[in-house]
Amino acid sequence: MQADLFIVQPAFRKEKKELINDTIYTPHFLIVLLVSLFSFGYMHKNLFMSIQETLKKRILVIDGAMGTMIQRHKLTEADYRGTRFAEWPSDLKGNNDLLCITQPAIVTGIHLQYLEAGADIIETNTFSSTSIAMADYDMQSLAYELNVAAAKCVQEAIKQYQSKHPNATEKYIAGSIGPLNKTLSLSPDVNNPGFRAVTFDEVVIAYTEQIKGLVDGGVDVILIETIFDTLNAKAAIFAVKEYFRKEGKPELPMMISGTITDASGRTLSGQTLSAFYTSIEHAKPLSVGLNCALGAQEMRSHIEELSQIAICYTSAYPNAGLPNAMGEYDEEPHQTAHFIEEWAKNKFVNIVGGCCGTTPEHIKHMADIVKNITPRSLPILDPTI
Amino acid sequence: MSEEIIHIKPYLKLAGLEPLIIRPETNFVNVGERTNVTGSKKFARLIKENKYEEALSVARNQVESGAQIIDVNMDDALLEGVLAMTTFLNLVQSEPDIAKIPIMIDSSKFEIIEAGLKCVQGKCIVNSISMKEGEAKFIEQAHICKAFGAAVIVMAFDEKGQADTKDRKIEICDRAYKILVEQVGFDPQDIIFDPNIFAVATGIEEHNNYAVDFIEATRVIKQMMPLAKISGGVSNVSFSFRGNDAVREAIHAVFLFHAVKAGMDMGIVNAGQLEVYDEIEPTLRNLCEDVILNRNNDNNEATEALIQYADTVKAKGKVEVKSAAWREGTVEERLAHSLINGITDFIDADTEEARLQYSEPLEVIEGPLMVGMNQVGDLFGAGKMFLPQVVKSARVMKKSVAVLTPFIEAEKERKKLASINPNGASKGPAKILLATVKGDVHDIGKNIVGVVLGCNGYEIIDLGVMVAADKILTEAQKQEVDIIGLSGLITPSLDEMVYIAKEMKRRGMTIPLMIGGATTSRMHTAVKIAPEYGDGVIHVLDASRSVTVASTLLNKDQKAPFLLELEKNYAGLKNDFDNKKTTKQSLSYEDALQNKAIIDWENFKVVAPSFTGNKAIEITDLSVLVDYIDWKPFFIAWELHGNFPAILTDKVVGEVATKLYADAQKLLTQIIEEKWLTAKGAVGFWPASANNDDILVENGKEKIALHFLRQQAKKTVGQPNYSLADFICPATENKKDFIGAFAVTIHGIEKHIKKFEENLDDYNKIILQALADRFAEAFAEYLHAKTRKEYWGYAADETLTNESLISEQYVGIRPAPGYPACPDHTEKYTLFNLLEAEKNTGISLTESLAMYPASSVCGWYFANPKSQYFGLGKINQDQVLDYTKRKDKPLEYITRWLQPVID
Repeated sequence: MQADLFIVQPAFRKEKKELINDTIYTPHFLIVLLVSLFSFGYMHKNLFMSIQETLKKRILVIDGAMGTMIQRHKLTEADYRGTRFAEWPSDLKGNNDLLCITQPAIVTGIHLQYLEAGADIIETNTFSSTSIAMADYDMQSLAYELNVAAAKCVQEAIKQYQSKHPNATEKYIAGSIGPLNKTLSLSPDVNNPGFRAVTFDEVVIAYTEQIKGLVDGGVDVILIETIFDTLNAKAAIFAVKEYFRKEGKPELPMMISGTITDASGRTLSGQTLSAFYTSIEHAKPLSVGLNCALGAQEMRSHIEELSQIAICYTSAYPNAGLPNAMGEYDEEPHQTAHFIEEWAKNKFVNIVGGCCGTTPEHIKHMADIVKNITPRSLPILDPTI
Repeated sequence: MSEEIIHIKPYLKLAGLEPLIIRPETNFVNVGERTNVTGSKKFARLIKENKYEEALSVARNQVESGAQIIDVNMDDALLEGVLAMTTFLNLVQSEPDIAKIPIMIDSSKFEIIEAGLKCVQGKCIVNSISMKEGEAKFIEQAHICKAFGAAVIVMAFDEKGQADTKDRKIEICDRAYKILVEQVGFDPQDIIFDPNIFAVATGIEEHNNYAVDFIEATRVIKQMMPLAKISGGVSNVSFSFRGNDAVREAIHAVFLFHAVKAGMDMGIVNAGQLEVYDEIEPTLRNLCEDVILNRNNDNNEATEALIQYADTVKAKGKVEVKSAAWREGTVEERLAHSLINGITDFIDADTEEARLQYSEPLEVIEGPLMVGMNQVGDLFGAGKMFLPQVVKSARVMKKSVAVLTPFIEAEKERKKLASINPNGASKGPAKILLATVKGDVHDIGKNIVGVVLGCNGYEIIDLGVMVAADKILTEAQKQEVDIIGLSGLITPSLDEMVYIAKEMKRRGMTIPLMIGGATTSRMHTAVKIAPEYGDGVIHVLDASRSVTVASTLLNKDQKAPFLLELEKNYAGLKNDFDNKKTTKQSLSYEDALQNKAIIDWENFKVVAPSFTGNKAIEITDLSVLVDYIDWKPFFIAWELHGNFPAILTDKVVGEVATKLYADAQKLLTQIIEEKWLTAKGAVGFWPASANNDDILVENGKEKIALHFLRQQAKKTVGQPNYSLADFICPATENKKDFIGAFAVTIHGIEKHIKKFEENLDDYNKIILQALADRFAEAFAEYLHAKTRKEYWGYAADETLTNESLISEQYVGIRPAPGYPACPDHTEKYTLFNLLEAEKNTGISLTESLAMYPASSVCGWYFANPKSQYFGLGKINQDQVLDYTKRKDKPLEYITRWLQPVID
């Protein structure tokens, strides 16, 4: 019981600061509280339990791979194009995010499968929906529209799911922000290590447009994921903070998920896990975690470390093992779920799910297993050193 | 499981590639001050002259001297601050040994601070913001710092000016704290105050209490705001003693001693020059205390006393000492430290010290040196050390052994005379004989294997390059070696290895044979070499594996099961190979000829070269070749795999690769500046026409035929069976086409190799060899570019970057005889004749048709835009017979040279 009382403190502290910081400058406790309550009521439908509240009660499950599921549909170039882009000058096959516009039924169908499997959080299909990443297809101008459409696909899936299961628990839409195909900390030029293919300001502009699309589309959470260069993530965080500050809207909660690329325990841009966490902590995220690159087995020690140092909730959605010689992921759903079970029991995690190679089967196994395990409690931030 | 709630303390946390968490026990954090254009003339000059590489070394020095954060400042009227900050910080990010620590972005212009924040992934400190221009601006800047996730230094400065007294300092800091925490939402632990350190002992009495004001303000601020931190620019305090470093350092030490006790957390200092309080000469220390604490200072007495004393102290021109704590350890620990860190500075003295401690010199080797090398071996095995570091360790080992050798010899002599030990002579370490086989001149890989095995305690007998089978085996028997290791890079060496295996069997030898080198493979070893010799033939992929293989082979218990397992493995491979042979579909040579590459010769526009015949080219200033160097293979030679320059920032090997690259750059500069090497080459062009798979070349009045081979594997529809002859216009078309050729080499390496060997410096020797190879390749690339644009001129307006060159985006190809498109090495004879290559370049061909000097490249030039590289694959007997006819050579001769491609 005592623990519960303390938990309130950091969580509340967070809201208070963000609001003071970003919307009003009067540090009056009551006003803060009122605005805080109002903002949750305002953001969502009636009786909607906020993700913060739900996380106190149970472990949440985020969905699995989108790419793996799209592959199953064996889509052709023509399928990707649809009628609207039939004459588009560049190849579009492989532009999975575009399917939110050209094949919304397929994307919605995949979201629905994950909902049926027991996922609580559904990611929008927007990993590459920025003007920078879309430049590969000459589709820079579509970035905003893609994000709105993707959020609508998830909303539609949730609507269909809830009409079938009227008493189901809350479902949340996480607006996925990927790492970009250009990095701010690494030079692509052999002879000039100081060169950068993109600037911080350009990245902020691209992410801001994506955030606007996701927010207008109606997401509940901003998910900055698969971070292999922390500076890109910092640009995304900067964009989130400045977007909400300038729009005068209450800031949506942020989930932040980094990627440890191999057993060395560092990100691709060279940071240790602890340095990574320190570098993004100012986002005051709802959760911090790890995804991609590693299977659960290889991710274990890192998520354990993170669970010890993170003041916020923790998340982990590993790949379905490491790729085999053919580049395929072949870890069985029950195997992945077995790792997740151990993490949950050891209180490493608050949010679990799957990345590359995982399927609704994987998610179902996980959801079943974590259902009855109490989640990790938030650490206590001591007031003094 | 009972749940324990985790407690997290509100520490100030910073990060570069690694975190820096400032806990109470952290004591004092050194912020390196030398990367500041206002404080360091050297750094300012380097930045103004655009010498950023050297400027990085200033930063690196700070880190090595113990700086935990570096302060970077580009505030200079002559500099474009935003650009300089961005350029420097971006470069710092690619240097893991610097980027590992957090950065303090220092500027009085906020736009420069913002530019800096946009370059750094870690959590920085902004130095600084203040209320100098009012609250609104202060708040806005604080918001921006917060959005970037930086901690901030707040200067005790407000609308009225800079705080000089204790009370003003406290008042301003208190006000700033409230604004930051309550209005901006800053975490208190991310706030660092700089309550202003001003110069004391200036002769002006009002200044005398400045240090006390700082120290006392610090004490109060830390009580009022315990989570906030205190920082300051320490060297300000001694400003009036500039020019006298000895006194300044004493003042700094005394100031810090008191300020840190009062609660100062960090300071901007010259990390390499921190004096230890207790070690200051007592008279000087007392005088400094008086000045800092403003004691006995009526009428500037303390100041005067220190000034007088200062005149007697000559600045001793202190040597910057890198962290030297390891020098305090025992001699064994110091030897191990030197070995692991590759430090040669102290090895002679330490070895001598150890020799005097031990009863016999040999015990030093068998004791502390082997213990140290075993640690090196373990670290290498565990992937915690990498090849370049191991080679440096080996150099330390060799130097140490060199010190001991005369004493060991003397000891032996003494024992012989005294006949103390007539029959107890134990067999020394296991011996491994290494050689590059006859006809082959390549030995970088073999040298590396030698060093690595040497590090692991084996005695290495290296017979060098081009060693005949008889010599290898006779020597092996005479020296009673335990393992033979053979190396080779070109395909004919494979046959020589097979021959040596046969010979070992004939001689009744029983020691294992290790096979390595770029052209060797597990498959070839299993299929061709292993069946010839029954006592163990092992293919070793790289130097790292050689250690485990050798140790297994020399372990009585492990050897037999290992060889048995290997034999099974190889038998399996051979079986697969034999079965696979029959399943591949191939065309008859006749059909393959019908399926040649189709080129529209009718509309083909021939470009004539600027000259025909050959021409010698010599380059003495190798700097022109530097831009053409492809670094990736250089790192591969060191078993560091990855793309360049990404490898320099690789999480695992980045640090090692960066050091290696720096060392290579250093040697490269020396090679160029001191003209160690000369690049000699020849290039030539001749009218040519194709006749099936021959190309007829007009060399003056002489007609010479070049012979090529054609792919025979069955292709999918629309895919031709390529031969290089397809890329030259057929005689039937009545068009005058051309072919070109080149050969390049690097001369002058031997003298320097020898010098490095004499210095026991394998590390630089191998770097030199690898660089010579890179120069030869770069020369070939350079010559090809010149050919395309000028000599032949078929792509005169080409503009390609070095990357595009490496990824072969140019028009036309330059295949080399002996390589996949034209695997017959013997065509080199014709190529050399056409180019008069021996005369023009000084390259000679060995009996296996390797080129000597080893760093040489040759090849044909094809200009046709349709020409492309391909692998010949396997050919059938019908083509072999046709080829025999065309070349007018005996079948055995052709079969021997084409062995690797005959199915």
